[in-house]
Amino acid sequence: MMQIPADIPAWLAIAVALLLICGSLITLVGTLGLLRLPHFYQRIHGPAITITFGAGCFLLASMLYFTALQERPVIHELLITAFIMLTAPVTAMLLMRTAVYRDLRNGRRIADMATDPQPAAGHGATAGATSPGLMEESRDRNP
Amino acid sequence: MTRWLPSPLLSLALLLLWLMLNQTLEPAHLLLGAAFAIAAPLLTAPLRPFKARIRRPAAILRLFCWAFLEIIRSCFNVSRIILFSKADNLNSQFIKIPLSLQDPTGLAVLSCLINCTPGTVWVEILQDTHQLSLHVFDLHDENWWIDTIKQRYESPLMTIFEREAA
Amino acid sequence: MRLLLEISLYFSQFCVVLAMLFCMLRLLKGPTAQDRVLALDTIWMCAMLFALLLGISFASLVYFEWAMLIALTGFVSSVALAKFLMRGEIIE
Repeated sequence: MMQIPADIPAWLAIAVALLLICGSLITLVGTLGLLRLPHFYQRIHGPAITITFGAGCFLLASMLYFTALQERPVIHELLITAFIMLTAPVTAMLLMRTAVYRDLRNGRRIADMATDPQPAAGHGATAGATSPGLMEESRDRNP
Repeated sequence: MTRWLPSPLLSLALLLLWLMLNQTLEPAHLLLGAAFAIAAPLLTAPLRPFKARIRRPAAILRLFCWAFLEIIRSCFNVSRIILFSKADNLNSQFIKIPLSLQDPTGLAVLSCLINCTPGTVWVEILQDTHQLSLHVFDLHDENWWIDTIKQRYESPLMTIFEREAA
Repeated sequence: MRLLLEISLYFSQFCVVLAMLFCMLRLLKGPTAQDRVLALDTIWMCAMLFALLLGISFASLVYFEWAMLIALTGFVSSVALAKFLMRGEIIE
């Protein structure tokens, strides 16, 4: 099945195995957060750890394994790392703005989304004050 | 020099990208990659609205090291919260941070760093007050966040991207 | 040592598939549309991780291209969906 060389050095096997297990556990925890957190604004933080730490561990493991296996530096996984680091923030920001915008359009205040049962007065004011900016922007976009 | 290589760093990055995609250091690929690296910035120059100029490599390095440590630290914090704490105790809030950074490239890098850090998501910059609206997963101390972002992220970015930093 | 690596590879494949299953549950359940888009984006990410895992298991560099393509298309589709959610219904 798997094509692992039989004479693989111990340090390589241990390092790659550790990185893989660490990365997969973090991936699992991130998606678990996506599954069980109650509100969208909290759920969006779950996959963030999958994307940064989980993917980072896997890419590092892949780099290490192929560098040792092919006896030459294999670093093209850095391309995926750079790509993810550039694009994941864009996706997260767009989704966040979409969620805020849709909630505002549906007439719900952001303060209602917060999980805090008794939101402090200051935070309530903060959340309320967020709305005019977005609504104004939407008006600008759709004259 | 400036005519054929308007942005040397971008050209170098493109050459590196080409060599890494092909996984080789052969002279033929070096030539092809160099041609690509010279042609692409020249052809796309009209598409760039402005040119960003960066200074102080040491500050860049320090900023990215700190951001890297912060990403790892908050990864463990977020996973601990997801696994072990009840969702009712979470204090997820929107906070506002007054920004003095004006450079668009600096703001883009700041948004990348903030969004890469688990537990914080950038929402928007309020146009009239130039405040950053940020969503924090588990808020303990609003002032700590404001101080951290202003000192650790914003002031290095101002020294890197803006001409006269305070 | 070979056994250790093999077991850890199987374990991480199991974990990534389980993670995709969690995302799928959220995709089916998700009360709002943005939940579904977020779940879909995470499924793309898990698929990329799975391609990397396959690459390590079969000691082949071809899977790197898979991972790159999955990351590219995943980003484009998520951004397009998010943009649609933001703007598509404004015209109504």
